[in-house]
Amino acid sequence: MTLSAHDKELVAKTWTKIAPKAAQIGGEALGRLIAVFPQTKTYFSHFADHSASSPQIKAHGAKVLGAIGQAVSGIDNVSASLSKLSELHAYNLRVDPVNFKLLAHTLLVTLSAYLGAEFTPEVHLAWDKFLALVATVLSEKYR
Amino acid sequence: MVHWTDAEREAINTFWAKIDHEEVGHQALTRVLVVYPWTQRYFSTFGNLSNATAIAGNPKVRAHGKRVLDALGDAITHLDNVSATYAKLSQLHSEKLHVDPENFRLLGETLIIVLAGHFGAAFTPTIQATWQKFLAVVIAALSKQYH
Repeated sequence: MTLSAHDKELVAKTWTKIAPKAAQIGGEALGRLIAVFPQTKTYFSHFADHSASSPQIKAHGAKVLGAIGQAVSGIDNVSASLSKLSELHAYNLRVDPVNFKLLAHTLLVTLSAYLGAEFTPEVHLAWDKFLALVATVLSEKYR
Repeated sequence: MVHWTDAEREAINTFWAKIDHEEVGHQALTRVLVVYPWTQRYFSTFGNLSNATAIAGNPKVRAHGKRVLDALGDAITHLDNVSATYAKLSQLHSEKLHVDPENFRLLGETLIIVLAGHFGAAFTPTIQATWQKFLAVVIAALSKQYH
């Protein structure tokens, strides 16, 4: 399921809108992941506080969304943009790929909460496809 | 039997009271048909579903969205026995409608996204967790009579 030119345009437009709040949005998305899917805490057991409201979780969420922003800038070659992260996830972090879908969901929920009516069905579709692509790239080198 | 805390019952009922069944149902179903276009296979009698605008403007989509949300209301008024409440509906989806249960999950996720869009920050992570638990119970009940 490849991204059309229209999908890419919608993703880029959304990014411009949310960029000033990217840190909050990323933090909230990861917080929602922990709250809704508590099993994901296992990946953050090294944080002193791995609750949904933890400042460390929020900071990490901001980092994650920053990386997604890189993928947006390099949307014509997400594989290349996220190549290092792909290796990190494969050889070091070994996050079970099922969690990429869970985070994609909580990120869509957060985008919807922030953008309201601007998060139209078409924008939702574009982001759903884009995040699926990011997930694929991140798990590319797992085996 | 599912265990619900008082806080969970409160979160479900408080938000349910604020939800416009027709509007939220319509938005959720529209989104499912747009974001997961293969789901359109279940609605071949609905007429024009050729693009997002057509889907959003389709009166049958609107009516059906409301129907789905009204049925969700039944689960909410019978939180302590969703399984029994949905036995007939589960049979219907399995034996007559032949709906792949994966679609229940897609609609559930989409409904969460619609609720977030409507309520914004008030749809907190804790409230989201409660609603996802509720929808998981609904999905299990709907899938129960499949065989």
